Amino acid sequence: MMVSTHAAPPRRWRGEGVRALLWLSPWIIGVAVFFVYPLLSTVYFSFHRYDLFTLEFIGLDNYRYAFSDVRVLQSALNTLWLVVFMVPAQVLFALGVAQLLAKVKSGGGLLRTIFYLPSLVPTVAGTVAFVYLLNPATGPVNQVLAWFGITGPDWFGSAAWAKPSLTLLALWGAGNLIMIFLAALLDVPRHLYEAAEIDGAGAWRQFRSITLPMISPVLMFSAVTGVIYAVQYFTQAMIASRVASGATDSAGSTFTPGYPDGSLLTLPQHLFHTGFRDWSMGLACVHALLLFAVAMAFTLILLRQFSKAEVAS
Amino acid sequence: MRFAPLAAAGLLALSLTACTAGKEAPPSLGAQPRPTASGTGPAAAALPAATLELWHGFSTDVETKAFEEAVAGFTKKFPQIKVTLKKGIQDDQITQAIRGGKAPDVAASFTTDNVAQWCKSGAFQDLTPVIRQDGIDLGVLPAASRAYTEFEGKRCTMPLLADAYGLYYNKALMKGEQPPKTLSELTELTKKLTVRDADGTIKVAGFIPSFQYYENSPSHLGPVVGAKWYNDDGTSAIGSDPAWKQLLRWQKDLVDWYGYDNLEKFRKSLGEEWGAEHPFFEGKVAMILDGEWRNAMIANDPDAKDLDYGTAPLPVADDKPDLYGSGFTAGTVIGVPKGAAHPQHAWELVKHLTTDTESLVTLSNALRNVPTTKAAMEHPRLARDDNFATFLDIFAHPKTSTLPASVNSVFNQDAFSTFLTQWEKGAVKDLDAGLAEVDKRINDKLKLSGG
Repeated sequence: MMVSTHAAPPRRWRGEGVRALLWLSPWIIGVAVFFVYPLLSTVYFSFHRYDLFTLEFIGLDNYRYAFSDVRVLQSALNTLWLVVFMVPAQVLFALGVAQLLAKVKSGGGLLRTIFYLPSLVPTVAGTVAFVYLLNPATGPVNQVLAWFGITGPDWFGSAAWAKPSLTLLALWGAGNLIMIFLAALLDVPRHLYEAAEIDGAGAWRQFRSITLPMISPVLMFSAVTGVIYAVQYFTQAMIASRVASGATDSAGSTFTPGYPDGSLLTLPQHLFHTGFRDWSMGLACVHALLLFAVAMAFTLILLRQFSKAEVAS
Repeated sequence: MRFAPLAAAGLLALSLTACTAGKEAPPSLGAQPRPTASGTGPAAAALPAATLELWHGFSTDVETKAFEEAVAGFTKKFPQIKVTLKKGIQDDQITQAIRGGKAPDVAASFTTDNVAQWCKSGAFQDLTPVIRQDGIDLGVLPAASRAYTEFEGKRCTMPLLADAYGLYYNKALMKGEQPPKTLSELTELTKKLTVRDADGTIKVAGFIPSFQYYENSPSHLGPVVGAKWYNDDGTSAIGSDPAWKQLLRWQKDLVDWYGYDNLEKFRKSLGEEWGAEHPFFEGKVAMILDGEWRNAMIANDPDAKDLDYGTAPLPVADDKPDLYGSGFTAGTVIGVPKGAAHPQHAWELVKHLTTDTESLVTLSNALRNVPTTKAAMEHPRLARDDNFATFLDIFAHPKTSTLPASVNSVFNQDAFSTFLTQWEKGAVKDLDAGLAEVDKRINDKLKLSGG
């Protein structure tokens, strides 16, 4: 007869374990239903040909197709561009504006309102307005540039300028981030600056040695949320693309996302199009897993970098 | 840990539930009582009272009112059946509702792109048995309309109203010229009617050849050269059909005559197709490819209603004069989704809306779309001015074609359009190799979709 070498946990501990599970159960159920189950389903469906109604196991075919699809590579690179350029630009811009606003003595309230207002504009309306403003032929921006002898670019009509144009749109709507940074900056104790000033530290030194370390949790928060937002970037890119192309859906005519030349095709858009326009849900699940992996990788890298920086400081 | 197997069992149960969701056997066509004949009187009363839900994509006041009137004709025949309408519905909402087990009784779609997928997956019920049961002769529908409403022998939708595509021309800008009948005449006239500023900027375009301009999609232009999308086995015929190359070379020559950059600058200055200022209304373009519905838009636009314009079939390839008079057609489709609560009642409504002459004429007169049956097209009450009659003739032409149903319809159009954008800007050096690549993309996707 085999005798277990493990001693049974004391009855008191077992009781506490059950109680802990009971208290944790809302969270556990939430995670199971809204995270684990969808994730496992996505993996499951990614091995199938699935049009929402019929299901057929096809092994790795969806993966093979996805990794040979030029549109996947193109959309992944576009998404990567947004992460690498748009997120830092938005964080730096918001931080810069917040720094200025923190120093403004009079009229600060009005300026804060002016910078915050664009973030209240509905996303679709703001994007449509931006495309009209930047229309190369009829938009006022290029007309104003022309007064100074500058030939404005084709903005959303040019593959080279389309993503920078989206970045401008992101800067314009950075009001929320500006307010978060402003609150963080105003929270830094004044006496630290006064002491540094007495020690002869200049503005840059004060910013590097006091401001940055003090607001680093907020910086980390904005960088991580910014990356996650950029990885999921969808509405602005799709609306800008559709409006700038002038294309429409009518009988025998469909809108191809990513105008111009696929430069505004982001991975979430490609995923949506594959799933809900092509009805290739299995393939869309592969895209979703790719998106998940990319978002996780970026988030982990950022968290690691920030924790390293925190240890160093 | 006792929790782990419990959690695993829970997840498995959830997975199984998800995998089988929406697969319960719904009532199917023929499972419910049906009248012995359609129409008023005791036969119609044979169906028990019910409330039907109909989802459609119409959204403007004029459209929804017209649709309500057409449905009112049905409820007059079947007073025991109440119909509730839900407007502005898109295809993905219909599919999601069917998948979620909350399908409407009847659903209509503006595009034909999803018909193949709906038929293949069984999302819409096959109407063949009830069509046969009721003795409906589908020969009253033009061949193209029959083609875009079925897939691989399954007729899961019926054509409600159709769109036909032709040429609109501004009589003042034409300066007495007759509309072109061949592509070379179109080229010649375009060059004659185009007006440029001193710096070469286009002021008035004769005809815009860009595939990116409004309705100039490959589907709409393919019929002018008799181009074929698919081989009999469903694979792409784009690379192997010389007609596409003929169209593309003609188009590129005209783009190059304008100068790609010049043409793009002009195109981008024109705004949206559905915007308040349409370039054709404003006299910026002399000839455009458009659908019959543009007639109604011109008539309803206070600034454009006095526009002196004419309509004609699209010009065709010089070596295929027999194609003249034909064009592209597609249109609104309607069917009974899987899971409809009252499928037999739903079929009676679909039948009424798609085969009842009075109903089709009423709807066509209100929406100014082409009615889909021969009887409705020849009905004396159908408003038939010259400009609208052009599209009735195009629709009825035996060589008028459509984009055949494919499970990858949207993908295939995207793949070709993406290539065409590169082609017209001059980024494609080898046309044959480029078209072969389009074929490959379409065929690879077809294989993945189990075609």
